Amino acid sequence: MISQELKKYFPILDQEINGNPLVYLDSAATSQKPVQVIEALKAYYELDNSNVHRGVHTLGNRATESYEGAREKVRKFINAASTEEVIFMRGTTTAINTVASGYGRMNIQAGDEIVITYMEHHSNIIPWQQLAKERGAVLKYIDLEDDGTISLENVRAAVTENTKIVSMMYVSNVLGTMNPIREVTKIAHDNGAIMVVDGAQAAPHLKVDVQALDCDFFAFSGHKMCGPTGIGVLYGKKDLLEAMEPVEFGGEMIDFVGLYDSTWKELPWKFEGGTPIIAGAVGLGAAIDFLNEIGLENIEQHEHEMAAYAMERLSEIDGLTIYGPADPLKRAGVVTFNLSEVHPHDVATVLDMNGIAVRAGHHCAQPLMKWLDVTATARASFYLYNSLEDVDRLTEGLRTAKEYFSDVF
Amino acid sequence: MSFNNLDQLYRSVIMDHYKTPRNKGSIEDGGITVEMNNPTCGDRIHLTMQVEEGKVKDAKFDGEGCSISMASASMMTQAVKGKEVAEALKLSEIFSDMMLGKDYDDSIDLGDIEALSGVSQFPARIKCATLAWKAMEKGVQNP
Repeated sequence: MISQELKKYFPILDQEINGNPLVYLDSAATSQKPVQVIEALKAYYELDNSNVHRGVHTLGNRATESYEGAREKVRKFINAASTEEVIFMRGTTTAINTVASGYGRMNIQAGDEIVITYMEHHSNIIPWQQLAKERGAVLKYIDLEDDGTISLENVRAAVTENTKIVSMMYVSNVLGTMNPIREVTKIAHDNGAIMVVDGAQAAPHLKVDVQALDCDFFAFSGHKMCGPTGIGVLYGKKDLLEAMEPVEFGGEMIDFVGLYDSTWKELPWKFEGGTPIIAGAVGLGAAIDFLNEIGLENIEQHEHEMAAYAMERLSEIDGLTIYGPADPLKRAGVVTFNLSEVHPHDVATVLDMNGIAVRAGHHCAQPLMKWLDVTATARASFYLYNSLEDVDRLTEGLRTAKEYFSDVF
Repeated sequence: MSFNNLDQLYRSVIMDHYKTPRNKGSIEDGGITVEMNNPTCGDRIHLTMQVEEGKVKDAKFDGEGCSISMASASMMTQAVKGKEVAEALKLSEIFSDMMLGKDYDDSIDLGDIEALSGVSQFPARIKCATLAWKAMEKGVQNP
């Protein structure tokens, strides 16, 4: 296990909530930040803060070097071929919206198909719904297997020669399912479609290699991987990005501005209108250094172990239902469940009184909730700082909840 | 841990309304219908009311949600049934003040509703408690 020594880097975890030591099990919503990231943000603002790509003064050069240095760290982190393919954005939502607007509007015609799945996060549903409505395209959903996995047969059944875009999450934020992106990408390409990947739950937890996946776009957020909020990345293949029009216009992204017409900077800056998210990128760079130090393989291994142990312990509780694949190796560190008749909000409140933070609700995945035939669920999600003891505390907290509500039902 | 803190929230009156909701169901015809949900958590209420001559003759609810939201809906229908619309809106205002932890008008007997006062100590759950009241307000104001 890697966690016991790592916890010390996360100051926020060293506190009591409602009189109990905090157990943070909501990292799929946002991860906590290590001192290394907090210090990097502080150092940037205390020593280097300036606007980038302009002026000749020293601070401006330092800020630019820090910002572009972070881009190179991201490039290596996802194994992109070039930093031209790495665009800084606010987060996964903005990145997917940029693809839907920038690529989608230029390439989708009436009758074309956009294919997604029932397990998607709202951020990978609504941009496509809007695009489909605007262009008169058809939005199709890939069926899930009973255990919440995706079979390639179902992908082949949904993707046709009319399909222009396939968009899928790499790892489910609800079921923890790890989807076969490389194989799905192959099917998309064989049918002449491009492949968009929502990597929000993948980048923090496993080694991402966009060239090996061969996907066309890959979106992820910094805040779920120990970085600050407000910074994320859109990776896109160079030829596609070059053919795309920017979505936001203004300063920073221009080459020449005339009275009635303007031209754009080269990649990646043509997609980064306005003063960029400089400190956010610096923080994300520090988060990447931190994750690399631990090793993504170790993190992935740790999360499989956490998921396996959580599924084992939670199964001991009568009336508790766990959703998603039964095989812990098929899932990342996410365990979504319901405790008999007790509503997940009530479960989450009892856990909070015990110092345990979990998510309760629809997890921004209403179509998936419908597929599961539930209105809401509770979710425990683990990261590198969680330990087996945290799972024991969760189990104990759930027993308390069960006992507390036992006379109601 | 002790259950003391939890008992502030989950008073027995609340759990009774949750387990045995009053006015559960739907008024067949001629009434006001309001669908409202809490988009952050998925709680949903389907409220039907019959308002005649400025009076809430009947109110029924259906829905899905946590103990607080469903108990609050049950209590709300119980409280507004038979009341003038203006009185129902006044109750809603008092309830809102109670949830926000403000001083509220205690000249009116709130009955079971009083049991929800502890919710104000649980900020994350206030929206659960106010859903049904918001639906009622919407229904009588835009029939």
